[in-house]
Amino acid sequence: MVNVDRVWDALGGVPDPEVPVVSIVELGIVRGVTFAAGGVRIEVTPTYSGCPATEMIATAIRERLAAIGIADVELVTRLSPPWTTDWLAPEAKRKLAEFGIAPPHVTAASRIDVAGISPLRRRSVVVPCPRCGSTQTSLLSQFGSTACKAQYRCDACLEPFDYFKPH
Amino acid sequence: MSKALLEYLLRLGDTDVVLAQRLGEWVGHGPVLEEDIALANVGLDLLGQGRMWLSYAGEVEGKGRGEDDLAFLRDQHEFRNIQLVELPNVDFAVTMARQLYFDHAHLLLLRALVHSSDARIAEIAAKAAKEVTYHAERSADWVVRLGDGTEESHARMQQAIDRLWPYTGEMFALDDVESALVAAEVAADVGALREPWLRAIESVLAEATLVRPASEWMQGTRRGGGKQGVHTEHLGHLLAEMQFLQRAYPGAQW
Repeated sequence: MVNVDRVWDALGGVPDPEVPVVSIVELGIVRGVTFAAGGVRIEVTPTYSGCPATEMIATAIRERLAAIGIADVELVTRLSPPWTTDWLAPEAKRKLAEFGIAPPHVTAASRIDVAGISPLRRRSVVVPCPRCGSTQTSLLSQFGSTACKAQYRCDACLEPFDYFKPH
Repeated sequence: MSKALLEYLLRLGDTDVVLAQRLGEWVGHGPVLEEDIALANVGLDLLGQGRMWLSYAGEVEGKGRGEDDLAFLRDQHEFRNIQLVELPNVDFAVTMARQLYFDHAHLLLLRALVHSSDARIAEIAAKAAKEVTYHAERSADWVVRLGDGTEESHARMQQAIDRLWPYTGEMFALDDVESALVAAEVAADVGALREPWLRAIESVLAEATLVRPASEWMQGTRRGGGKQGVHTEHLGHLLAEMQFLQRAYPGAQW
């Protein structure tokens, strides 16, 4: 018999399409699993409003659950409370770093609470290089290959790298 | 009230969608690859936010129109975006001046809407505000870099700032539709946002060694502007491109 734990396990096997080393559960975007008449209801929250991976994730969830015998899946988008990088599991941060993506190293809450409308001064935040660990890095662009990442360059080992932005 | 709410949601949604379309025009034309990608990403955020507003607008209207019907099957005079966002990109300086003006007003607006008595508006605003924080950070950064840059970049940035200035008034203009919703604590009082916006813009311009335009004359604030469906000649051309596929092949699916 398929129970809730079994569904969570299955969802833990669905990789994020953009960062495949991390599962959607570790990413913190699965908000709830409940059984209802004959099927299962999954609540998912988007990382970014315009994230193009959202539809791929929905398809992957349906396929993964079909593989354990659940065909009737209701996917519900939940906006509130909004996803932040604070929902990332500690394990996910370690995996990101190993994958070459610097994980967010300050909390999203601390960022949002920075008062003032001109947030220009946040450039001074130091992001260590995920390869060599050097703190001599510089911001190339606020947006990297996807909206959730910024592009940095390590001035010590000279490699460019992605930074998963606190958000 | 639901008619006013529909109008208001179209203003929010159309402004996002039209600016997203403008930013998308930069794809493949950015000055460097990183900027090409960044402009597209900002546009993508706005498109995602626009979809949420338009979906809600369709539900409020209750005639079975979804986000796609509203985006692709309405004509120019039915769009409720502010004029600032429909103006052509021209060059990188003008594009960044527009982002500077818009991003900071957008952020203030969303932060106010987080307290809306309409729960759906509040949750969309909370989601969007997080994203727009990065937009504001980035546009301020670029305006400083270009303004306080070379003689050429300084001159062009100042021209861009001057050129778009008269279009900023509309972001803070209230009409009867919005006033009624402000009274009901559904909409944000944009009139009250102009002062904090000015302070933010002035501090960025000062650091960028640029001068804030003095003119108080503002486009579209007296007899109606984009929010009332009065647009510049540029919107029609933008929509012709954006809507082409759905008009030529009705019901086409991706």
